[in-house]
Amino acid sequence: MSRLERHAPAFVASALLVTMPWWLQAAGGYTELASRIVILGLAAMGLNFLLGFTGVLSFGHAAYFGLGGYGVAMTLRYLVPSSAVAILVGVLAGTVAAAIIGALIVKLRGVYFAMVTIAFGQVFYFVAFRWNRVTGGDDGLTGWARLPVGVGPLTLDLRGSDLAFYYFVLALLGLSAAAMGLLLRSPFGRTLLAIRENERRARFLGIPVERHIWLSFVVSALFASLAGALFALLNNFIDPRALRWDQSGNFVIMAVLGGMRSFWGPLVGAGVFVLLQDLISTRTQSWMSFVGAFFVLVVLFFPRGVLGFVRRRPAS
Amino acid sequence: MAQLVLFDAFNGLVVGAFYALMALGLSLILNLSGVINFAHGGFLAVAAYLAYTLIPRLGFWGGLVVAPLLTAGLGLLVERFLIRRLYGRDPLYSLLLTFGLAYVFEDGTRVLWGAQALPYPVPPSLSTPVSATLFFLTGYRVFMVLLVAAAVTALFLVLARTRLGIRIRAGTQDLETVSVLGINVRVLRNLNFGLGVYLAGLAGVLAAGMLGLEPTIGSSLIMPSFVAIIVGGLGSLPGTLLGGLLIGVASGVTTVFFPSATEAVIYVMMAAVLLVRPHGLLGDAARIR
Repeated sequence: MSRLERHAPAFVASALLVTMPWWLQAAGGYTELASRIVILGLAAMGLNFLLGFTGVLSFGHAAYFGLGGYGVAMTLRYLVPSSAVAILVGVLAGTVAAAIIGALIVKLRGVYFAMVTIAFGQVFYFVAFRWNRVTGGDDGLTGWARLPVGVGPLTLDLRGSDLAFYYFVLALLGLSAAAMGLLLRSPFGRTLLAIRENERRARFLGIPVERHIWLSFVVSALFASLAGALFALLNNFIDPRALRWDQSGNFVIMAVLGGMRSFWGPLVGAGVFVLLQDLISTRTQSWMSFVGAFFVLVVLFFPRGVLGFVRRRPAS
Repeated sequence: MAQLVLFDAFNGLVVGAFYALMALGLSLILNLSGVINFAHGGFLAVAAYLAYTLIPRLGFWGGLVVAPLLTAGLGLLVERFLIRRLYGRDPLYSLLLTFGLAYVFEDGTRVLWGAQALPYPVPPSLSTPVSATLFFLTGYRVFMVLLVAAAVTALFLVLARTRLGIRIRAGTQDLETVSVLGINVRVLRNLNFGLGVYLAGLAGVLAAGMLGLEPTIGSSLIMPSFVAIIVGGLGSLPGTLLGGLLIGVASGVTTVFFPSATEAVIYVMMAAVLLVRPHGLLGDAARIR
């Protein structure tokens, strides 16, 4: 495979992403929708670091996503008027929580790992739901807004311009994708793949499997909480639904829909999912039924996802 | 004070009995087929609403008997036409599929019966308190605990004594060998799924009488059932029963002292159990891998 061929997907992806506000607008969308796709795509890519590249099924990533969001909202509301500091706090909150929970569950595997992650995901939901005074409870946390961010001598007017916010989010996606790509290509990432393919063999080779899974879990949650932080900034709002189990399921379906085994797949899946949800929820009250049926159809007929499907064809 | 604690502990016991009943069904399916049935809460809601519709025609007792059976039939169909295709694949897929079904069931009940809470008729013979000092012991609650106890006893008898039960237990240990011995594993898994859903249905009909009837009744009861399984121990049905009752009583007692932690306390318990015994209180250590 030539160099050009190897990097082609990244080029195509960046070209499409950089121009998204225009072609999405032409197709009847709006800039905020583009930002939402990129943000949820980042969360799904973060999840897929664990799901697709380590082979561990977490069904509770909304917890870290939501913690990132609440970190941002509470910092801006109560502590410091700075978007950058708020993002940092959000990411830290989600990552630390993942480090603690991850340490409790690395010994579990397969369905049991999934079940425990589902259950743990709910803790933060109930905390956000019940702790009215601080989190705003079921109504969510309002009364704050994202603020401009200084990058060197420049100031990005995140507040006034949706387009500036989109490119801010896109830049963070680019950095995150680069970081994940580098990690996956490093010896650490190769080890994760080895664990995915054959855990027992990896163990026999002397690889500390638990430690690697724990690290992968934390890295994955780090990107999920970054996405959650950006999600809160996008909406200038956060509520407990960002933490709930259905949000976790949405991330998993995005990863599967796009293609779990491909690096950019979850981003594609997020795009399809967000556009579909936008389309359905404006037309019918019972969008839940449609989304649910969509899950069933994807699992039955499209389990390799969009990119898995595209890739398989030339081979056959 | 003592009466208040007793009241909430008993309340917790009742709620724990639901969790246990529901979690037993989940556990049955998980142990034999390796499927996390996320739609379990959806089945529960369907049964509760079916009972609501049937009661005017069949009476309270008729609804109690027929609704869970109908729901179990729905479970058999779901297993036969959807879940069966996913055995042997990554458990991710069955989890996602049942997750989608949970959405469909919740929304379906909302479309058919409306989003607002419905009053669930309980016969007057069951709604009077048993005694004046123990005012919290309404007949319905006592009846529920007794019925759950009877159902659980019956379940354990079925598993211990009947041919189907013995096969289910054997399949939980080693499905391949069971298959080699000439038992139709497809039918076995199908019936086992139906049995699990039946338990969810029974829990639903009973829960509706106490908690009222809302489309979200299923999704609010399913998370504690997961916790019950994890606390009680993976692969152990007595463990699941114990886990359900424990978390029920724990959250009941917490209501007295620290009401805003009523839901969160069970997750703290789960974390504590995982820290000390990753395979749960009565679980099988080999099963968590």
